[in-house]
Amino acid sequence: MPDLLIELFSEEIPARMQARARADLQRLVTDGLVEAGLTYTSAGAFSTPRRLALTVEGLSANSPTTREERKGPRTDAPDAALDGFLRSTGLTRDQLEARDDKKGQVWFATITKPGRPAADIVADVLERTIRDFPWPKSMRWGAGSLRWVRPLHSIICLLSDESGSTVVPLTVEGITSGNTTRGHRFMAPDAFTVTGFDDYVAKLRRARVMLDSDERAAAIRQEADSLAFARGWDIVPDDGLLAEVAGLVEWPVPLMGVIEDRFLDLPPEVLQTSMKEHQKFFSARNPKTGRIEGFVTVANIVTPDDGATILAGNQRVLAARLSDAAFFYDNDLREARAGMENWAEGLKSVTFHNELGSQAARVRRIAHIARETAIAVGADVEHAVLAANLAKLDLRSAMVGEFPELQGVMGKYYVGEAGKQQNADEASIEAISKAAREHYAPLGPSDEVPTAPVSVAVALADKIDILSSFWAIDEKPTGSKDPFALRRAALGVIRLLLNNDIKLQLNSLLVGRLLWALSNFGNAKSNREGIDNARKAYAQALGVDEDQLMAEELVTQFQTGEIVMPSASMTLDSNTLHAILDRPKTSGQDLLSDAESIASDLLAFLHDRLKVYLRDQGIRHDIIDAVLAQPGNDDLVLVANRATALNDMLKTDDGKNLTQGIKRASNILTQAEAKDGVEYRFGADPKFAETDEERALFTALDTAEPAIKDAMAKEDFPAAMTAIAALRGPIDAFFEAVQVNTDNQIVRRNRLNLLSRIREAGRQIADFGKIEG
Amino acid sequence: MTSPNKPRSFQEVILRLQNYWAAQGCAVLQPYDMEVGAGTFHPATTLRALGERPWAAAYVQPSRRPTDGRYGENPNRLQHYYQYQVIIKPSPANLQDLYLGSLKAIGLDPMVHDVRFVEDDWESPTLGAWGLGWEVWCDGMEVSQFTYFQQVGGHDCRPVSGELTYGLERLAMYVLGVEHVMDMPFNDPDSPIRLTYADIFRQTEREYSRWNFDQADTDMLFQHFKDAEDECARILAAPETDSAGRRIPMAHPAYDQCIKASHIFNLLDARGVISVTERQAYIGRVRALAKACADLFLTTDAAQLEAPAA
Repeated sequence: MPDLLIELFSEEIPARMQARARADLQRLVTDGLVEAGLTYTSAGAFSTPRRLALTVEGLSANSPTTREERKGPRTDAPDAALDGFLRSTGLTRDQLEARDDKKGQVWFATITKPGRPAADIVADVLERTIRDFPWPKSMRWGAGSLRWVRPLHSIICLLSDESGSTVVPLTVEGITSGNTTRGHRFMAPDAFTVTGFDDYVAKLRRARVMLDSDERAAAIRQEADSLAFARGWDIVPDDGLLAEVAGLVEWPVPLMGVIEDRFLDLPPEVLQTSMKEHQKFFSARNPKTGRIEGFVTVANIVTPDDGATILAGNQRVLAARLSDAAFFYDNDLREARAGMENWAEGLKSVTFHNELGSQAARVRRIAHIARETAIAVGADVEHAVLAANLAKLDLRSAMVGEFPELQGVMGKYYVGEAGKQQNADEASIEAISKAAREHYAPLGPSDEVPTAPVSVAVALADKIDILSSFWAIDEKPTGSKDPFALRRAALGVIRLLLNNDIKLQLNSLLVGRLLWALSNFGNAKSNREGIDNARKAYAQALGVDEDQLMAEELVTQFQTGEIVMPSASMTLDSNTLHAILDRPKTSGQDLLSDAESIASDLLAFLHDRLKVYLRDQGIRHDIIDAVLAQPGNDDLVLVANRATALNDMLKTDDGKNLTQGIKRASNILTQAEAKDGVEYRFGADPKFAETDEERALFTALDTAEPAIKDAMAKEDFPAAMTAIAALRGPIDAFFEAVQVNTDNQIVRRNRLNLLSRIREAGRQIADFGKIEG
Repeated sequence: MTSPNKPRSFQEVILRLQNYWAAQGCAVLQPYDMEVGAGTFHPATTLRALGERPWAAAYVQPSRRPTDGRYGENPNRLQHYYQYQVIIKPSPANLQDLYLGSLKAIGLDPMVHDVRFVEDDWESPTLGAWGLGWEVWCDGMEVSQFTYFQQVGGHDCRPVSGELTYGLERLAMYVLGVEHVMDMPFNDPDSPIRLTYADIFRQTEREYSRWNFDQADTDMLFQHFKDAEDECARILAAPETDSAGRRIPMAHPAYDQCIKASHIFNLLDARGVISVTERQAYIGRVRALAKACADLFLTTDAAQLEAPAA
């Protein structure tokens, strides 16, 4: 059983591509070997910046011999047919066998394919792997046409067993396989030969290369921790950075440095981001001060001066970077104290989207929506509106210009500073600056969901604006394309509502937003009359007085960006009036029905995302469908709570049987109603009951119905489930003992009416017809 | 950190690079005599990276980036600075080693420093060019850009050129241990007339920063952009044969107009008169010129494998 060693030695492979490349190399080679009939015991892939390596152990020495039997022409067929058969099988006439078949004698050929030696197969598979390797980005070099991630220099392809090792010969674009490699670029640059995987690993280590990236990562973590420990500091954990740095070095040498005092007052996020993004440094925190006070850089070399020159150089570069950051921060704070008006002005010239206008326009919309979400969340409305107006100003700050990933983070500091300058009370500053920080959240499915009311109100408004705006201009996600991250925004809405238990009637909110959007955005289609009608419809949808809407709406009607805050006393300039008067013609009624239909499409999208979300929480999709079929489905918390309670009940025996019972009742009713042409709804009377089981069902329903109704009104879904589950026994007993369709029409009608009470009780909870099983 | 092997001035760093690459067989060219944003714009790189003819050149290129002007006050940023550019086609198999040799030549011993090749793909939307490679780090500082050209002017590079770009001021500051670019000795500190970077460039940095940001006449610049674009198109559309019946396509004169348009665009950008959406459109217009010039260059003798007999 030979072992196989492969090394593909190249110029530096990007760190971020190495993990995938390891997996791809192992998969492509082992799949190829297995496909060709070889077996193996185990395999492992490794990478350093300059090499990809694969070991395959216990490989079979040959692929097995295969035999294939093929049926040819009849023995009395013309010669041409026989010749064709001989050509296609590669055999001669005397190698064929004549056998009796149903219609006479027929020629049979047995084609034997001898097994191939592993070396041949390995050579084929490796060449194909190299040529077809799925690098995310690959390149050509020199005068060749081979593609690899960076120039490929040498290939080890070696089969070894107890008797020694043999190079598997192959040549790819002038690179011939061998058994030599090189060590560390600077510390051990000479070529050396290897005999197998163990020898390879050991000799690489001697040549200052740790082959295994996990080992390098562990070494970095351990050494960084102990360097920090010596100073009483902690390393801020960062697995992404650790993996990246492990992919940048063959021989990791962590070095610890101290951040100069003059930079220690920078926000920790700034220090961390600057060090990580620009320098790939780990941050070291002093637990006594809570500040980031040091860093660890990971060099790739052991030097005679123990890294002193390297550390000094890194320290210098860091100082230059942090000087820039400190300069940005000081300037930004000055602007923050001055009220951030320049930034607000600046947002007007930042395009958010061609059809949706500037960032300033977007902020204005969010502030508008925040007024409504704040009420639903129970947040201070003025705080929410103010937070919405301030939350994105940091986009114009120098710091966010330099580090876009610090958006929101810097907002918190700058809004806080502005608040202090205006002597606002601390609680308000806290709530509003926190909202600036948190209003982008949650970004991913595992990102934390804000809980502070003002943050939640603005975060919701932010996402509802994105969704309704893009829906209004018909830019929806399709397939894998979601350039504006609308699925993420929808999931954000869902998690914000559910985690914080917020009842929000989405439908009216969305219709309102879409009415507004349709009458404003790029392809807007209303003239003066249209605007008036739209305003009427909008006022109606919001349930407010139309005159009250006038000033505010006129301000938001157009996108010139001059007016930020609505004011009743404002006067309109002629340009503004002109902008409104020049709109093309449509009627407000059309606008309303358009808005309603788009809103319902958007709500359906939210429902889809909710289904995915709840399914991940272990709730069956048919149960969610059954609940979504109920009225009130634009309140996502209500939907989720119902679905959860129903899901729990259906896990019990009572629940399962009850579903059967309700479905059975429904089916019998549907058939009877189709046949009789009437709907059975009222009038079941216990006095026509003939059996105890019927009477018991009457009694049970008399108890259950008000209990269900009461519980549903209180939205106490578990109580509703308990109440309806109590019907299981009586329903089962009823169907066991009673034949609904009897000849006595009075009794039959009475029983059907009784069944309708079961159906109705079920309808209170969900559409049981949609539940499977 | 001082050793006899260390250069003592900015110009010594440059001279050592010139000597090193001359010794490696590069033609040491002079800077292109037009305003450009980077050494890549020199036709010795942009145009010569196209076609099959082998090529090896090294040169200093003064580069202008109007938006980077800081009135000479920022320790690291300048609106006018120098790049050192090496271009070799086809890229030799030992290009990384040749590069590391150049670092040794200017006193950066890779046995004492931490030299790393960190992924950085290069793209020039204005030139319709891209390549894969790295930024080279020395002790955490980017000292060079190392690129294998894959496309220029929309054409696949066959063979591939290897391009090295050194930011000379930053590199020299590091080698010389200087914190502020203006403090850097330009000639030898023991010269009878000692000149620092400030002696030569502080005044010009101030003047150009003001002109770039506040004074450049934007109406005129818009017109010049248009003029350069029109002239480029006119040159490209001219018949390939002259009045005497000789075939002389004029790729280089056309490309000069493309360079001009690119620099004017940079000036307009610095003046803040180009909006985000317009930006893309302008870049697209320059790219269209660059592509057309590349197309034409590929039809000329200079792009063919063998030089024609004289």
